[in-house]
Amino acid sequence: MSAKKSKKPIFLFLAKEREPLFSKKNRALLKDPLDDNNPITVQVLGICSALAITVQLKPAVVMTLSVIAVMAASNVIVSLLRNLIPNRIRIIVQLVVVASMVILVDQVLRAYAYDVSKQLSIFVGLIITNCIVMGRLEAFALGNGVWRSFLDGVGNALGYGMMLILVAFFRELFGSGKLYGYQVIPEALYEMGYVNNGFMLLSPMALITVGLIIWFQRARNRKLIEKN
Amino acid sequence: MDYVNLFVRSIFIENMIFAYFLGMCSYLAVSKTVKTAMGMGLAVIFVLSITVPINYLLDNYLLRPGALVWLGDGYQNIDLSFLSFIMFIAVIASMVQLVEMIIEKFAPPLYGALGIFLPLIAVNCAILGGSLFMQQKDFAGIGESAIYGFGSGIGWLLAILAIAAIREKIAYSNIPAPLRGLGITFIITGLMAIGFMSFMGIKI
Repeated sequence: MSAKKSKKPIFLFLAKEREPLFSKKNRALLKDPLDDNNPITVQVLGICSALAITVQLKPAVVMTLSVIAVMAASNVIVSLLRNLIPNRIRIIVQLVVVASMVILVDQVLRAYAYDVSKQLSIFVGLIITNCIVMGRLEAFALGNGVWRSFLDGVGNALGYGMMLILVAFFRELFGSGKLYGYQVIPEALYEMGYVNNGFMLLSPMALITVGLIIWFQRARNRKLIEKN
Repeated sequence: MDYVNLFVRSIFIENMIFAYFLGMCSYLAVSKTVKTAMGMGLAVIFVLSITVPINYLLDNYLLRPGALVWLGDGYQNIDLSFLSFIMFIAVIASMVQLVEMIIEKFAPPLYGALGIFLPLIAVNCAILGGSLFMQQKDFAGIGESAIYGFGSGIGWLLAILAIAAIREKIAYSNIPAPLRGLGITFIITGLMAIGFMSFMGIKI
């Protein structure tokens, strides 16, 4: 970061000319990650956790909420600190901010949703190294104001969560015939000989499901197609 | 559990990528050519086999319930395990920084070859995952944890080399346009993971 930039007082953004809180540019920050710039299918960030916890809807929903909380909070904090962090040690600073947020979320989950937190086991901890958090801090929060960073964090976490819930929906529906723990495929169908596809519960199917979702998304939104 | 058993388990049966899906981001991002995949894999092996034993010591003498007993009997009931995320990640980040400086000083050609992948390792979930699994598995000594770290690193290297080789070849095939690149890589990885599941039944 240049010396000129670091002289700027941190709270300058208050004095700037006010633009409406939800101007067109700011709405784009929330909306882009849902489709055109989805963290999972386009930016390839945060895959690890997306695949491992999508066997059922419930952990996926809890994970989404945790990631929204962590990303919004850490984006705001890093954006506040952005002119004070020396460039050389910024990775450690970012990791410490993210890790403290994750510890908070982990403790809250343990206190109020112990079963789910056991199911998520090490993946709550792995939010720290979830590339989506670090990636957005590095790419956005280090160079933008607080409100915009907040919107970016929430938007990306929503895009991530949307994919998570979509994958979990298919895996739980076809794998165990349930949604959010409730039986949806009627008993009569089983009596007629329908069998749950146990294969959907295995983790490789998560990869293939994401692959198919990418196929569907890019067939619909052709500007995302990669040139080979 | 003897060492060979643990070593083979950590490479094949508990493969970081195909069994746990850890380190997927760099696995997908860096696997375009075999050469870069090799560099990244070696760096991951190196960092994993250093950080897992260090974190083992931290966990055993500082973090777990009753670990501080070497300070005196008064510390019997202290449980610092809620600090493990932040301690582990601090060790990993500083080790990566240290490794970067050492390589830059003593092996400049290697440093040039690895380039940006070195700092990327700090946010590779396979590294933190290795330390957290080590904490769950209750290893008997520092030797076992070092073997586990080394083995997991080799498993990661094998996985990324395999996908990089396939991706180099698949560039010549005629894939439906929307599936090109990322989509087909996901599906291939899924198929490979199904293949790796056949190791699950093996008992050594």
